[in-house]
Amino acid sequence: MSRDHVAAGGLLHRRLFLQQGLAAGLGAGLLPTGTVRAMTDEPWRHVPGQPFTGYGQPSPHERTVIRWISANSQAPGNGISWTPLHKLDGIITPNGLHFERHHNGVPAIDPARHTLLLHGRVKRPLTFSLDALLRYPRVSRVCFVECGGNSNAGWHEEPLQTPVGYFHGLASCSEWTGIPLAVLLDEAGVEPDAGWLIAEGADAAAMNVSIPLAKAWQDTLVALFQNGERLRPENGYPLRLILPGFEAVLHVKWLSRLQVASTPVMARNETAKYTELLPDGRARQFSFVMEAKSFITEPSPGYRMQGAGLYAISGLAWSGRGRIRQVEVSADGGKSWAEAALQEPVLPQCFTRFRLPWQWDGSPAILQSRATDETGYRQPERTTLIAERGRHGYFHYNAIVSWAVAADGSICHVYA
Amino acid sequence: MFMPERLFCVGGLLIGLAAAPAGAAAVTEGPRLGQPASAASIAARDLSVFPDGSGLPPGQGSVETGKAVYQTRCATCHGPGGIGGSAEELIGQGRLDGPTPDKSLGNYWPYATTVFDFVRRAMPLDRPGSLDDAEVYAVTAYLLYLNRLIPADTVLTADNLPRLAMPNRNGFVCVWPEQP
Repeated sequence: MSRDHVAAGGLLHRRLFLQQGLAAGLGAGLLPTGTVRAMTDEPWRHVPGQPFTGYGQPSPHERTVIRWISANSQAPGNGISWTPLHKLDGIITPNGLHFERHHNGVPAIDPARHTLLLHGRVKRPLTFSLDALLRYPRVSRVCFVECGGNSNAGWHEEPLQTPVGYFHGLASCSEWTGIPLAVLLDEAGVEPDAGWLIAEGADAAAMNVSIPLAKAWQDTLVALFQNGERLRPENGYPLRLILPGFEAVLHVKWLSRLQVASTPVMARNETAKYTELLPDGRARQFSFVMEAKSFITEPSPGYRMQGAGLYAISGLAWSGRGRIRQVEVSADGGKSWAEAALQEPVLPQCFTRFRLPWQWDGSPAILQSRATDETGYRQPERTTLIAERGRHGYFHYNAIVSWAVAADGSICHVYA
Repeated sequence: MFMPERLFCVGGLLIGLAAAPAGAAAVTEGPRLGQPASAASIAARDLSVFPDGSGLPPGQGSVETGKAVYQTRCATCHGPGGIGGSAEELIGQGRLDGPTPDKSLGNYWPYATTVFDFVRRAMPLDRPGSLDDAEVYAVTAYLLYLNRLIPADTVLTADNLPRLAMPNRNGFVCVWPEQP
């Protein structure tokens, strides 16, 4: 192992990309001689470009960067769509690519007719119009939203072979802007015996769940804006809840009713679903917090290595318990680990981008990443998670993810 | 009118101390634009049915009526008799601690009130909200009958539905707030 190698398999020090010599070397290798002259002959250099557009769209060359939809053919509004995390970089998910889970389609809500009712164990039951809500002081919060069922193929006997976004992409990350729910609770006056808040959407499923009131007071937002613009219809327009770090089913979209209560309502989506069956036949319920998770997005299945040489490993990590403290990367299936660079900003309950240079020698390798959050919780090995939870929990799968890189440059998902 | 920026924080802190529980973030002051909601307007929107039966509307439904409603409104997706359609199976009685547990209404759902609540708010998928309360009671009765939880001559009401003990009533471990 040379001085720059910090773990087996060619993993280099995380700061090497910042050093001048290596950066210059990379740049020179990527620019074929004569490129500059050829560009001046391209047709787009010699005719006026397209006029302005009211709302910009991605380049037509990026048309394959789309959500992958998986829905019931008999009920096309009941299903999911996955964020193509393998095609994205940074930490913010474009609004049109945020994952979706709808129980009965996207409602076409007229904001002029939509109201929020806040009632139950309160002194003053209240109704809020959208116009009224838009006058309240707003705050912004960058955080992930992850479905409790994300990554559930990890419980399968055989490793799923699909691009990473279509495996772990029921998770997205946005800047959400809205009203602290505490402001509205305070206005209504919560009775002291209350402990829960029943939230309900205005969609055709009237999706409802119970939320601990402590979380509602702490940092829950009634969100109106996503990444600077009003919510997209599929993400809850005109109003949704955001509960940083909690599983996404609680972030009720198309929010229309909040009922303060002394007990949970025991809705279908907190009893029959979003509970995790354990080997002894009991089930974990109200497992709200999404545990630390990470995986490598580049390279990952669907990529093909282009021969031995220097590669920039990149991936995502997050934890519902707080900030990511550390991400380590292995190229030898977990025998040795190198610490990855965490790209700023590193925010609590937020996607965190990690990067690490890798000198691949062209021989088979097994790439892994493991995240540790600021509470000290470390992402578990798959065997450890399954020993604790069995294989029938379905929800909250967060084990270490392994990619096998073959000598021919192909990459597949393995259990290692 | 000039509004100093700090008003949101200063005013809110006082209110937060008065109303929010310990550990909650300080509550900022809002413009207080909520309109009083009348009891009638709340009743018209309140769909919640709790395990103790609160929220259940007046009415009743028999297994026999429920079978007829099911065959007209549910069987297309859920299959005849609760299995064999494109939608979720509605019957299940197997063990939950075996090698291939089959979580279903009969062996997994902890509360019968949830069946009424979910059918009323979300079913049938192609026309949610189209069943009247008597039909919801009846379909709930039929589903519980199919799962061998009530006899064929049962008439379900707001009184007896919450008293029905589901087999998996004590099968759940609440991990909040112990987790993390």
